[in-house]
Amino acid sequence: MPVLIFIDHADRQIKKSSLEALTYGADLAAATGSHAEGLILGTVNDDLPSLGKYGIKKVHTVSNENLNHLDAQVYIKVIAEAVQQSGAATIIFSGNLTGKAVAPGLSVKLKAGLVTGVVGLPDTSNGFTVKRTVFSGKAFAHVNILTAVKIISINPNSYSIKETGGSAEINALNITADAPKVKVTATNKITGTVPLSEAELVISGGRGLKGPENWGLVEDLAKLIGAATACSRAVADADWRPHHEHVGQTGLAIAPNLYFAIGISGAIQHLAGVNRSKVIVVVNKDPEAPFFKAADYGIVGDAFEVMPKMIEAVRKLKGA
Amino acid sequence: MKILVCISKTPDTTAKIAFTDNNTKFASDGVQWILNPYDEWYALVKALEIKEKDPSTSIHLINVGAADNEPIIRKALALGGDEAFRINVESQDSFYIATQIAEKAKAVGYDIIFTGKETIDYNGSSIGAMVAALLDLPFVSLATSFTLNGTTATINREIEGGEETAEVQLPVVVSCQKGMAEARIPNMRGIMAARTKPLTVSEPAAAEALTSIASFSLPPAKAGVKLVPADQPEELVRLLHEEAKVI
Repeated sequence: MPVLIFIDHADRQIKKSSLEALTYGADLAAATGSHAEGLILGTVNDDLPSLGKYGIKKVHTVSNENLNHLDAQVYIKVIAEAVQQSGAATIIFSGNLTGKAVAPGLSVKLKAGLVTGVVGLPDTSNGFTVKRTVFSGKAFAHVNILTAVKIISINPNSYSIKETGGSAEINALNITADAPKVKVTATNKITGTVPLSEAELVISGGRGLKGPENWGLVEDLAKLIGAATACSRAVADADWRPHHEHVGQTGLAIAPNLYFAIGISGAIQHLAGVNRSKVIVVVNKDPEAPFFKAADYGIVGDAFEVMPKMIEAVRKLKGA
Repeated sequence: MKILVCISKTPDTTAKIAFTDNNTKFASDGVQWILNPYDEWYALVKALEIKEKDPSTSIHLINVGAADNEPIIRKALALGGDEAFRINVESQDSFYIATQIAEKAKAVGYDIIFTGKETIDYNGSSIGAMVAALLDLPFVSLATSFTLNGTTATINREIEGGEETAEVQLPVVVSCQKGMAEARIPNMRGIMAARTKPLTVSEPAAAEALTSIASFSLPPAKAGVKLVPADQPEELVRLLHEEAKVI
């Protein structure tokens, strides 16, 4: 029975978080003596057979204009049908925005146990136990899935993409899709910047930067290394920066490879949004700032003196 | 208009996270419990805003949990909920909780069901989507705004790198996040009124859990911060490039 991975896309391009899910599904299949297959709803520009390089044998497709925008209930019915046709016993989602909207409903439809926020492959030595984050990244829970069909939703940026080689067979499924009841009337994308939720590198500023006029320090460094920009809650609340840049407990929770915090003290609510980052760098003039306890690298110093020199050094490194 | 707001009890955002009983239970000693912020600030306050525009609206609250959840239910009543239901059972997994909520919602019939985007303890982000699937109602996740025009709701929701606007006919299930509404503080009149508002306790419907928590663990402690002198930022750049290999 195959492992089936839901492949999500935006602007006709497969999301990076779905490539992580593909690698996860292929690794899970290899570990359990099964094979992995993908499922795509709607239309993408990517070359589908080449998805075989992430370790999957087959890509099932369902093309229907009713699937062009997300209506969770419409998607769930189609995915449930695809699960049945493919005979899959384990379904993998990326816990991105689509995964969050769809995976729980599929769990209901299939009466299949769901674990979200997963950060590692299941332990099948005694049942089927999956490790997931809880308490906003401050702890892990090891959760047993008690049903025959299982659904796993993995945290974005918690599983590294691997490319091997190979080509996937394409199989167009004949499944009808209901007309959506959630009708999308407008889309408003912030263009020209890296979306924060998908960013591998993030430069973030806090109240220590004293005002929006000083954000050049954040933006210059971000531009040099191709990072997204973020901010603390105090900064978003003061309207120095747009609300979609707010990371923390009540804002966005992110897990980039680098989180570089300038002038942010690191209150526990802020840490809850960034503590899954792989490397945390803190620049703060207060040596007692709690953020230093969660950081990997730090400079105790005035951001207005440190950052220009830092940016100069990065410029030299990048040869720009 | 009838609105159901699903509310949870969670440890305060600053609570120390530790486990007892061989790492199978959350150590709740000395923990301050609060109304889950997403349920309170966004789902409940949005319902209050709708009622302020249309006073004929009734706002029901539902909580799945034991009697010690009642202080947070009373707080939600103090903020402006009209009536509350508590399903008397220690909550198990998301599917079990969603089934309890769906059973109640089916019996009463609601135009709108609001949840927070997730609880800050289990972060499952599942209840709203599951309730919608159980009731076969349209579901909009991670909403940042919600306006009503008759029986049509116009809802903004987060997408990667932006937002989209959708229209949907009621009834609908919506999970709420930042942007939906602004946090409020209950006033004395609300607190007094909450004491006498109806809070009905009922026993759980027959349902099964599809998952169970075997144990908890804590992440390994950080090795400690490597501090670089303030006058040598180029050394930090070197470390990030050569040692951490992130730039």
